[in-house]
Amino acid sequence: MRHHLILRVITKILAGTIMLFAFYVQFHGDYSPGGGFQAGVILAVAFILYGLVFSVETVQRVMPPWLVHRAMALGLLLYAGTGVAALLLGYNFLDYAALNAHDPEHGQELGILLVEGGVGITVTAVMLSIYYAFVGRTPVIGDEEW
Amino acid sequence: MQQGVSWEYLVGHANYWLFVLLMMTGLYIVVARGNFVKKVIGLNMFQSAVIMLYISMGKVAGGTAPIFPIHGEIDPATVYTNPLPHVLMLTAIVVGIATTSLALALIVRIREEYGTIEEQGIWEAEQEIAARERRQYGEVFGEGSQ
Amino acid sequence: MSGEAASGALAGHGAEAAQAAGKAAEQAPGLMDHLPALVVLVPFLAAPLVVLLGARRLAWPVTFAAALFSLAAALALLSQVLGGAAISYHIGGWAPPLGIEYRIDAANAFVMVIVSAIAVAILPYARASIAAEIPARQHVLFHALFLLALAGLLGVSATGDAFNLFVFLEISSLSTYVLVAMGAYRDKRALTTAFNYLLMGTTGATFFVIGIGFLYMSTGTLNMADLAQLIAQQPGNRTIHAGFAFILVGMGLKVAMYPLHLWLPGAYSYAPSAVSAFLAATATKVAVYVMLRFLFSVFGPAYPFEASALGLVVLPLALLAMFAASFIAIFQVNFKKMLAYSSIAQVGYMLLGIAMLSQTALSGAIVHLFNHAITKATLFMVIGAYVLRAGGAFYRDIEGIGRVMPLTSAAGVIGGLSLIGVPGTAGFVSKWLLVQGALEKGWWWLALLVVASSLLAVVYVWKGIEVAYLRSPRDDVDRREAPLAMLVPIWVMAIATIWFGLSAEWTVGAARTAAEALMHGASEIVISGGVGR
Repeated sequence: MRHHLILRVITKILAGTIMLFAFYVQFHGDYSPGGGFQAGVILAVAFILYGLVFSVETVQRVMPPWLVHRAMALGLLLYAGTGVAALLLGYNFLDYAALNAHDPEHGQELGILLVEGGVGITVTAVMLSIYYAFVGRTPVIGDEEW
Repeated sequence: MQQGVSWEYLVGHANYWLFVLLMMTGLYIVVARGNFVKKVIGLNMFQSAVIMLYISMGKVAGGTAPIFPIHGEIDPATVYTNPLPHVLMLTAIVVGIATTSLALALIVRIREEYGTIEEQGIWEAEQEIAARERRQYGEVFGEGSQ
Repeated sequence: MSGEAASGALAGHGAEAAQAAGKAAEQAPGLMDHLPALVVLVPFLAAPLVVLLGARRLAWPVTFAAALFSLAAALALLSQVLGGAAISYHIGGWAPPLGIEYRIDAANAFVMVIVSAIAVAILPYARASIAAEIPARQHVLFHALFLLALAGLLGVSATGDAFNLFVFLEISSLSTYVLVAMGAYRDKRALTTAFNYLLMGTTGATFFVIGIGFLYMSTGTLNMADLAQLIAQQPGNRTIHAGFAFILVGMGLKVAMYPLHLWLPGAYSYAPSAVSAFLAATATKVAVYVMLRFLFSVFGPAYPFEASALGLVVLPLALLAMFAASFIAIFQVNFKKMLAYSSIAQVGYMLLGIAMLSQTALSGAIVHLFNHAITKATLFMVIGAYVLRAGGAFYRDIEGIGRVMPLTSAAGVIGGLSLIGVPGTAGFVSKWLLVQGALEKGWWWLALLVVASSLLAVVYVWKGIEVAYLRSPRDDVDRREAPLAMLVPIWVMAIATIWFGLSAEWTVGAARTAAEALMHGASEIVISGGVGR
């Protein structure tokens, strides 16, 4: 789709906006529908759109597959690590009240923020790696054979 | 169960009829269709039926969204819907997505190896391999010569 | 993600892995309280850690350390609950029935010991085995998936929440599908097998969720102990009956109850050898445990609908499995497939023990979980060694291999004898308990049938022995004994098979406590694990 000028220009404008919206959904999850799952998918959409219009190689220069794999693991570790942090602070696993000794509700808020961050990272990475896995395969059969 | 089949009975259980219809359709597609992608679509319908069942279960007549007012007293007169089934289904949806993407990835690999994603063609190919194995390896007990 | 953050996380978790490698006893006393969560959490955390490290040399040590930690934790938990108590751990500090509770009693601590012990035994073996069967670039992912499967299986055992159980079941199943598909590097049929396994496994899990949904609909709770109380109050509720049926069928698929077994032979025969050994020894066992948990703890043996369902459905199917599957096993030309069918038959014995609804038979079924796990692990590992040296698991490939690989084959013979149930091997103990259970009920015909089906096992085991010992070896095989890294785990398992056949007090004692815990509902003594708010 390299020769579609309009698509290319609009994608360049949209990619940033989509990312911004993803962060809005991520951090506004406290007050309105949203959170890590949705934000992660939206953030991945920005990359996937870019990859669709330009090429997988271009988007992989920004987000190389090894980074995507690491990010997948990192997000999961951030999630579980928050729970383990609570455990090490002398509370039960995933008891976010541990994160703020004075006000358990603030601790819970912080915990959810961290956990949602981890979820967001993992979901973005998983979506991207699914995209890479399917698109990155060299086709064994030509398009006209389908 | 005692009231027999009346109009109220039929309409009052609309969510269950929908569930039964979707579930059976999905399961039937999984069993009856030969195309692997269609099987996966059937599986998705089957899982969506379960999601419908749970979501409709959480509905409380006249209930509103289960969001408590910020720092406000909860009015005991307010009826909230049950949020737990929704949360459960959020997890079930994620599991469903994981299953679907894994199934599709397997289908891509199957297509690469067998050149088809129709059950019939794959079955024939596998029968051929099995027959060759029997010929080749069955003679240990004198069974392979036929 | 900046490199700094990644390396910071790396260093932090490196310390954690080192901690995991240490003995459970060396940890701060505070952490002992968290064992019910840690036993699942450590392998679960190690999986992303392996991916994050990304180095092939580090993957195995981290995996092994995590499995070792789980084993130590599971043993510590078992020793705490053998007196008949139950540990309750509240995840996130939310009290049950609203919060998710991990509830450890003798039954699931025993299952966790089985699962983690098998994982610890198989990992050293897997190192040599997968090097030959899976390309090097996939090794990191293999270990991550192995850890996820382990964490899932342990989670299924540990949790006391019905929906949480489903989530862990799917975690372990999804990673298992991929592990099975990794066999495609040797045989492309692994792919279609994995796909079929996925379809059937997901259908089974979805049936299970529908069943849970029906229970939730009529009780409003997902906590198993709470469910048990509320279900007992409404014995005639048809919604609960439907839920029971859905759960039984759903778990029947995962257990490979006879007519629902179609995924199993392929999955076990085309998966990489180490995966076959791990799966055969753990996956169906955990599914049987879930069945036990629901049939005995949640519904309770007194539940009127259950006795008829067990007597009219499960008992005939178990008998059918014992005979039909053994019969099919006799006519296989592939050693691995023969063992897979024999697994279906052995699951039949466990279901038989469940269906008899007596404490002796139930403890027989639970002991058989353990005994069959070590027996099948031995046999599948022996076959993996054959595959490595002879290039295949067909009878043709292993002709006369008993003379080429005497040590491996001797372990295989021990496993075979235990499969038949020869006195002095582990298999005998559990079959003896099953026969005893049948005689207690006065069902002498059932005792005869158990013995008769063991005779079928004699036939297929003898077939293997004949091929391995009474033929002359082929010229083109690699005339070497299996590598030491494989031989040691194989013999550890083989010796365990004899050990637990000769001194059965420990296993039978643990199984009796577990059966008691299951038959008599929730334990009275509850130790609260973790820290209260």
